[in-house]
Amino acid sequence: MIPEIGHFLLIVALGVAVLQFLVPSWGVWKRDARAMAVGQSAAQVQFALVFLSYLCLTWAFVQKDFSVTYVAANSHSDLPLIYRISAVWGAHEGSLLLWMLMLSGWTGAVSVFNRRLPADITATTLAVLGAISIGFLSFMLLTSNPFDRHFPVPADGKDLNPLLQDPGLIIHPPMLYMGYVGFSVAFAFAIAALVSGRLDGAWARWTRPWTTTAWLFLTMGITLGSWWAYHELGWGGWWFWDPVENASFMPWLVGTALIHSLAVTEKRGLLKSWTVLLAIIAFSLSLLGTFLVRSGVLVSVHAFATDPARGVYILGFLAVVLGSAFSLYAWRAPKLKSEGDLAFFSREGLLLLNNVFLVVAAAAVFLGTLYPLFVDALGMGKISVGPPYFNAVFIPLTAPLAVVLGLGMAVGWKRAKFKEVVRQLRWPAALAVVLAIVLPFLWVDGNSFAVFGGVLLGCWVLLTSVHDLWGRVRAKRSLLNGLSSVPRSVWGMTMAHIGLGVWVLGVAFVSLYSVERDVRLAPGESAELHGYQYFLRGVEPVRGPNYDADRGTVEVTRDGTSITILHPEKRLYRAQQSVMTEAAVDESPIRDLYVALGEPFDNGDWSLRMYYKPAMQLVWWGGFIMFFGGILAASDRRYRLAKLAQAPVEADGKVSA
Amino acid sequence: MRFLIPAALLVVLLVFLGIGLTRDPREVPSPLVGKPAPAFDLALLGEPQRYTQDDLKGRPVLVNFWASWCAGCRVEHPLLVKLAGEGVEIIGMDYKDTDEAARQWLQRHGNPYRRVVLDAQGTAGLDWGVYGVPETFVLDANGTIVYKQIGPMTEQAWTEKIRPLLQGQKS
Repeated sequence: MIPEIGHFLLIVALGVAVLQFLVPSWGVWKRDARAMAVGQSAAQVQFALVFLSYLCLTWAFVQKDFSVTYVAANSHSDLPLIYRISAVWGAHEGSLLLWMLMLSGWTGAVSVFNRRLPADITATTLAVLGAISIGFLSFMLLTSNPFDRHFPVPADGKDLNPLLQDPGLIIHPPMLYMGYVGFSVAFAFAIAALVSGRLDGAWARWTRPWTTTAWLFLTMGITLGSWWAYHELGWGGWWFWDPVENASFMPWLVGTALIHSLAVTEKRGLLKSWTVLLAIIAFSLSLLGTFLVRSGVLVSVHAFATDPARGVYILGFLAVVLGSAFSLYAWRAPKLKSEGDLAFFSREGLLLLNNVFLVVAAAAVFLGTLYPLFVDALGMGKISVGPPYFNAVFIPLTAPLAVVLGLGMAVGWKRAKFKEVVRQLRWPAALAVVLAIVLPFLWVDGNSFAVFGGVLLGCWVLLTSVHDLWGRVRAKRSLLNGLSSVPRSVWGMTMAHIGLGVWVLGVAFVSLYSVERDVRLAPGESAELHGYQYFLRGVEPVRGPNYDADRGTVEVTRDGTSITILHPEKRLYRAQQSVMTEAAVDESPIRDLYVALGEPFDNGDWSLRMYYKPAMQLVWWGGFIMFFGGILAASDRRYRLAKLAQAPVEADGKVSA
Repeated sequence: MRFLIPAALLVVLLVFLGIGLTRDPREVPSPLVGKPAPAFDLALLGEPQRYTQDDLKGRPVLVNFWASWCAGCRVEHPLLVKLAGEGVEIIGMDYKDTDEAARQWLQRHGNPYRRVVLDAQGTAGLDWGVYGVPETFVLDANGTIVYKQIGPMTEQAWTEKIRPLLQGQKS
């Protein structure tokens, strides 16, 4: 009964979504305040319906109701409760429901927090979000109903894909979807700006916290995904340039560009049509990512089960939503006038340059991801594009970005003097060079041109960020006074940039100085890697809830003192008979010691794969720091002040960037 | 006019995506299906003699192009090991790889291959029309290619396409 209720709630939600689209649209057209106001209540009702429906599916999983096809395909009676709850988004149908929950949640939030906006802007925004809801709800109901039943009821489920039975995977998809879906709000605001023809500093200020919030979730989602791949796939990598990874990375790049161009639009009233275009593209890429992942047009290691009918539906949906958005853009954007001139050597000039780099980098990833599809469509054969292309293209495009980033913070709005900036930044620059020479020797006991370059860029970003903050603090009477005068949005910006610097350092060290070794050990034997001794103490069989494992005990020592004891596992999941590697990692900011269990030999020996990975943790930390920076920036008090929401743009460029 | 550019690009993209939908990236575009296996004469891993296309004749076999550096190969590997355990003969073509890396990889992940042919230069891969590893060719007893799987071997491809083909061969 519960699954039928869930299904029914989704159908009602679709009806409400139709109302949410049509009534406010009509209201905007006829300038009818009551019709416009319907958007708010519809959005909140829709959220309640989708949330209850989501609970129904969760209930079916918790109760092990294997008469529901989706539950039977992705659960098992031995599956632990936490994974039964997260299995809701373990495959296509449930992921869509989670996506829908996020979308209705974002829409509900817009309806609550945007009470102070002009009624027609709110109404248009909610109508656009309603239209997107219609698309996803009908997609789910027509092609991918998670509540379908089947008979006869199987005795037990097929179990959740073992790859997904990992703590990282419990929170990775929700974070990622929050980010993806969050860009729909920026998109809806952009459409509202085009429809109303009003695009000013106030508009940018409404849009900024929403965009930053979507961005911070996406940042966290990507970081967690990478962390998961590192621990679960067992081959020590953390980014594979896989189409599914790229699908999340492209909106991130464009979203980052959007955050920066919104700053310019808010502060200077420039780059208006460009900002709107970025908002549309960021969401387009989110939808495209969905299409790529769901339709099976590209081969991916991560691919969900795919179905061409679903592909056709999403393609149609893409065509309608994006087709109307881009047509509207072509029609209305020429009317958006910039309020002034743009000098190249100014903060807005450098932010534009940063935008160009980010967008070109996104385009490069886009091209690499879709190139196999283009070549195939043109009948020129089938090819695959791998990491060599992405590394060759991506690194040269992002290195100048780091340089511009450091400059941009020191340069004022409107116009700046190059000499003055050079004078300000000479110490951070000199210190970055010294660190780039010294740090690699301390950290990885060596140096090379590549790692010098990487560390230089990372330190440059870190030092200029700290320098910028210090400059703001020093201008005040006392340290305490100075620190408390810095607004949260500036703390957020500084944190996000520091996160990037930390991330660059991590990437430079770990990609250039990782050491790996494969060995064959009998219990009691040891092997050496990079100054560490690995003793294989033994391998015992362990019985988990839904798997059987061989669990190794590996003691790591250095100069005779014990560092840690690691327990890598090789698991055989009983229901699917598939083998999974659980790597064991001793983590520290300086280095990771990573051990994965290979295959047993007939005489009781085991093969082991060992890695020494310097600064691996910095890659995740970078992501986490950016995430917290995003939280600080999005929660800045000026976004929450009622009277400011309608106030004209402040002239003071120091308030935020 | 320049404001129309994004819309125009979108149209181009949608057309390509539409064409992409009509094709299965794992499907056979191989002109070799129905033809005899291309000739090669290569060394084997850990065995002194050489191996040629003639050695593939006489019984149905799977010819799996793989490499120790290939991520997709790890994905399909457990399935290959399982199939080998069920008695399916799989010949591994170690594509653009080194002996040592291949040996270690097989040691670590298990060896499903009856023989491992060393195609270090990728010459056989070129003749066989390999676009990227992993790819698996299904050969009948006459040494004729009857099917080609692009990308990792899947449980579905095995039960729905390849096993029926092989069973057809035996009866």
